[in-house]
Amino acid sequence: MMNYEIAKDPINVQSVIDKVVQREAGAITTFIGTVRELTKGKKTLYLIYEAYEPMAVKKLEQIGTEIQERWNGAEVAITHRVGKLDITDIAVVIAVSTPHRNDAYEANRYAIERIKEIVPIWKKEHWEDGQEWIGNQLETVPYPTGKPEEKDLNE
Amino acid sequence: MNKILFFAHLRDEAGHESVEIEAVGKTVAQLKEMVAEKYGVQKLDTSMTAINEEFSSNDEVIKEGDTIAFIPPVSGG
Repeated sequence: MMNYEIAKDPINVQSVIDKVVQREAGAITTFIGTVRELTKGKKTLYLIYEAYEPMAVKKLEQIGTEIQERWNGAEVAITHRVGKLDITDIAVVIAVSTPHRNDAYEANRYAIERIKEIVPIWKKEHWEDGQEWIGNQLETVPYPTGKPEEKDLNE
Repeated sequence: MNKILFFAHLRDEAGHESVEIEAVGKTVAQLKEMVAEKYGVQKLDTSMTAINEEFSSNDEVIKEGDTIAFIPPVSGG
């Protein structure tokens, strides 16, 4: 069973949840990231997601390992979709199970924030009047050394 | 020889998904300069770099057979 996947087809949410079911768990949290129509008033028609797939899977695994080091007894599964996604489609599903609910919420939040930092996946926005690859939009996080700083990787 | 991978806007600018070039012995920073010049790719200075699917720094030295990927700021999730 692969807990970390890049998927070309629609994600079955229940199948991601099923991967983290464990007898020790008292909670499972599920995050479902969906394609939003309006960003700062601008209407998105659809998105294209692209991944550097082998590295993206490795980085998702790394996030899972980080979570297990921080939250005892956590089980993690993440699937991220690539390809063309329409408004309301599911782009990412993160499931985390832990013995107690607070950890499940915190660890799940951690996972999505880390995805936005270190997993090589990009989205291209298509609008009525054009298209653009979205980076860290305002380039507020350039990496002058060429890679995320240790604090970015280990915080 | 080395394989160089481009993604997202970098691929659009380079006009290639991947190219083969000789980069053995160069640092990542030197390779970025070379690639920027040869393929007309801007913004490599704000890109991360991965060697063999792991993030690397600008002063890492490239070895025979290494695959180098330029990773623009990511936007998954």
